Amino acid sequence: MTVIIGLEIHCQLNTATKLFCGCSTDYRDDGPNTHVCPVCLGLPGSLPVTNRQAVIYALKVAKALHCEVPEVSEFARKNYFYPDLAKAYQITQYDKPLALGGYVDIEGEDGREKRVELTRIHMEEDPGRLVHMGSGDRGRYTLVDYNRSGIPLIEIVTEPQLSSPKEARRFLNKLRATLEYLGIYDSEREGSLRVDANISIKGYERVEVKNITSYKGVEKALTFEITRQKGMIRRNAQIVRETRHYQEARGVTTSARSKELEHDYRYFPEPDLALMRVSSWVDEIALPELPDARRDRFMKQYGVSLNHARTLTGDLGLAEFFEEIVGDSPEIAAPWTADILLGELNYRDMPVSKVPVQEYRELLDEAGSGRITDTSAVEILRLILNQVMEGSDPEKPGAIISRLGLAKESGESFREIVATVLADNDAAVSDHRAGKNGAINFLVGQVMKATRGKADPKEIREIIDDLLKE
Amino acid sequence: MEKTFTFDRPDPCNAFIKICENITYGEGPLSGISVGIKDNISTSGIETTCGSHILQGYIPPYNAHVVTLLRSAGAAIVGKTNMDEFGMGTTTETSSFGPTKNPVDPTRAPGGSSGGSAAAVRSGLVRLALGTDTGGSVRCPASFCGIVGLKPTYGRVSRYGLIAYANSMEQIGPMAANVRDCALLYSVIAGYDPRDGTSVDKPAPAPVSPVIAGKKIGVPAEYFGEGVDPAVAETVTEAIEKLADLGAEIVPCTMPSMKYALAAYYVTSMSEASSNLGRYDGVRYGMAPEMVQPWHEAFSAIRRSGFGEEVRRRILLGSFALSAGYQGKYYAKAQAARQMVRDDFARLFAEVDIIAGPTMPTVAFRLGEAADPLSMYLADILTVPANLAGIPAISVPCGEAHDLPVGLQLMGRHFAEDEILSAALAYEEGSA
Repeated sequence: MTVIIGLEIHCQLNTATKLFCGCSTDYRDDGPNTHVCPVCLGLPGSLPVTNRQAVIYALKVAKALHCEVPEVSEFARKNYFYPDLAKAYQITQYDKPLALGGYVDIEGEDGREKRVELTRIHMEEDPGRLVHMGSGDRGRYTLVDYNRSGIPLIEIVTEPQLSSPKEARRFLNKLRATLEYLGIYDSEREGSLRVDANISIKGYERVEVKNITSYKGVEKALTFEITRQKGMIRRNAQIVRETRHYQEARGVTTSARSKELEHDYRYFPEPDLALMRVSSWVDEIALPELPDARRDRFMKQYGVSLNHARTLTGDLGLAEFFEEIVGDSPEIAAPWTADILLGELNYRDMPVSKVPVQEYRELLDEAGSGRITDTSAVEILRLILNQVMEGSDPEKPGAIISRLGLAKESGESFREIVATVLADNDAAVSDHRAGKNGAINFLVGQVMKATRGKADPKEIREIIDDLLKE
Repeated sequence: MEKTFTFDRPDPCNAFIKICENITYGEGPLSGISVGIKDNISTSGIETTCGSHILQGYIPPYNAHVVTLLRSAGAAIVGKTNMDEFGMGTTTETSSFGPTKNPVDPTRAPGGSSGGSAAAVRSGLVRLALGTDTGGSVRCPASFCGIVGLKPTYGRVSRYGLIAYANSMEQIGPMAANVRDCALLYSVIAGYDPRDGTSVDKPAPAPVSPVIAGKKIGVPAEYFGEGVDPAVAETVTEAIEKLADLGAEIVPCTMPSMKYALAAYYVTSMSEASSNLGRYDGVRYGMAPEMVQPWHEAFSAIRRSGFGEEVRRRILLGSFALSAGYQGKYYAKAQAARQMVRDDFARLFAEVDIIAGPTMPTVAFRLGEAADPLSMYLADILTVPANLAGIPAISVPCGEAHDLPVGLQLMGRHFAEDEILSAALAYEEGSA
């Protein structure tokens, strides 16, 4: 059963002001309805004026994603009633979007580069936000906050060319990185990237899943939905074309009562705004180095492997961090940062921006100099990260090494411990002698445990062989 | 220095929805001149209802751009004038606040939708008034009340703060007893406003002087055709002859697109209105809903009771014209017809400077006479072409028919307000 996925990604542009008025977009720490004016409240008689910066940001994305920008594009009204929609229409774009086509290259399911084509990119305004108050299923009453009303969005629509939740995640990671590199998007802002997905099994009806508010939820939502659809096909149940909501907390999709969403949006050109003729602006837009170019440069400049380069450039903050700490030892910095540090950060849900550069750099030097073992280095890293998490000043790696006595000691000082381990593990010793793979690793592990990681596994292995020869 | 303006006149024609207390004014070209403002133009701190129950109690927190301009020109804003609800009417009878009577004959309607402004000027309650013209709403009441009314070029006067009925066609326009006053008010309100995305940056209007000699005036046959009262046609024909006597060259012409203009106008205006009026849901301003109700029921209840019949009719028709499966048949066709009207004007204005005809096909209706909506819509046939094309048009009194005022309509090229004002002045003063 072939899976077909297309995505619609809504991204808030981090302009200083809203799309059609001068209200500040920086509302997240402020009270409700404090960033509003007659325009974004939809007061009678107010008129929209397009924010030039928002158009430039959207064009930046269009250029970076290789889209075509038509000579003329147009805003349109999408009419529907909802309490968070101040004018009872959303100003969006319909049949004349800002940009057409374009693509994003990702690592495909088979490990090879895969090109995901885009249908279009258009601009639109965000509606306000409902806050349900009181207890009960949907609350006893609902308040409306229009701070978000009029925040500029771009909607990026892909062709149905993704074939698995994993590819969808890779696509979103790549897209998110690109948007971050362009400096038009703030991933730290809650709800700044929202995804709708169209999912079908080849030969069956497609289902739209809405309300995926975090890009991390996408893989889970898609996996659930695909499992659901495949299950229905196996049971010979009919998949109906419908819209489903993703319930983030439960990790499931549920059918939206179809009536609620049977909208006829009555699109027509927005009469309050003139046609946009901005294709000539594209040439003047300078693009920064984008993830692919940076990845290639990392491979060339630092001799980093493709996988490491991909990981290190997959997030703007990580890429900048890496260049800050790499020094002249990329062969140590790359695997440490891409494999070990990133894992530790993900485990703690900690942004790379919190990692103390000085201490991390020093730790890499210690690990590189051979003064401590890798095991000890990881232990030190965890200690430092935990200290940052707790809000205390991180200790210097050097200080930790002396405090905990983690300096690597020469193998000879462990000869006695090795002898004890060998004496205590007859079975493993015989296995090893009988040529069984793995037995030696067990023995080394036992020694490492007994030395609290201060020993160098390679040396220990040599000592074991040496002792067994005797 | 702010001065106080005293206004204590009775308003027997019901020209005003609201008369202000504590009227003040400052220095400027309109210093101390009384001005009435149509109630669909936002006035900070002064209730603005659009003649509708649904907006009752709505006090805008901001001024329309034109109101700011009037205030800084020293005008004394007397009050908010009556109008057809949301501008949807040709008689001022669809107002939620009762009809306005025509000061010329109180058994007659003043025309609409800016009937309150026209009546206030005609009865001398104010010297100047602002109306708005979506399909003739300044020119019709000017014609019926025997005053001057100008619909400027689309984009000439900022719509910021004008509560929208049909955005792509409407303009705020000056109304006054004579052309010079009309031009004075026009000179204050015209100009670029960056807050209106459809505003156009053009030089300030030139002072008017009576000029008509040597101008070519096109007279389309369609403006004297079927449905035009012969007595009105005769009065206007005489007026055009007077223009010829003053040295204008009369050029008979035709406007074939006229047969599509009314349908194009109504489909477009109703479509836009159905979208513009969606926001009146009781959440943020105006009438408030019962508290405990699902939102969609509350929205329906408010809109059912808050809007009058004509407004509901136009919202329904407009929603239909935009809906999936019908949009191509109605809205899209209306836009094509609109283009034909533009093309007709472009062709004519390559040869003539001004196009002249009657403003309205009849004289003022009797109150209550226009009960049938369709015959009401037909009355707009001579005014809507200018709105469809966005060109300026003026109505200037040109005598009487059936003892009631008749208006001569002069239409000009885009941004040629000066030219039609000068021609109207020449006509009015009988000199060129």
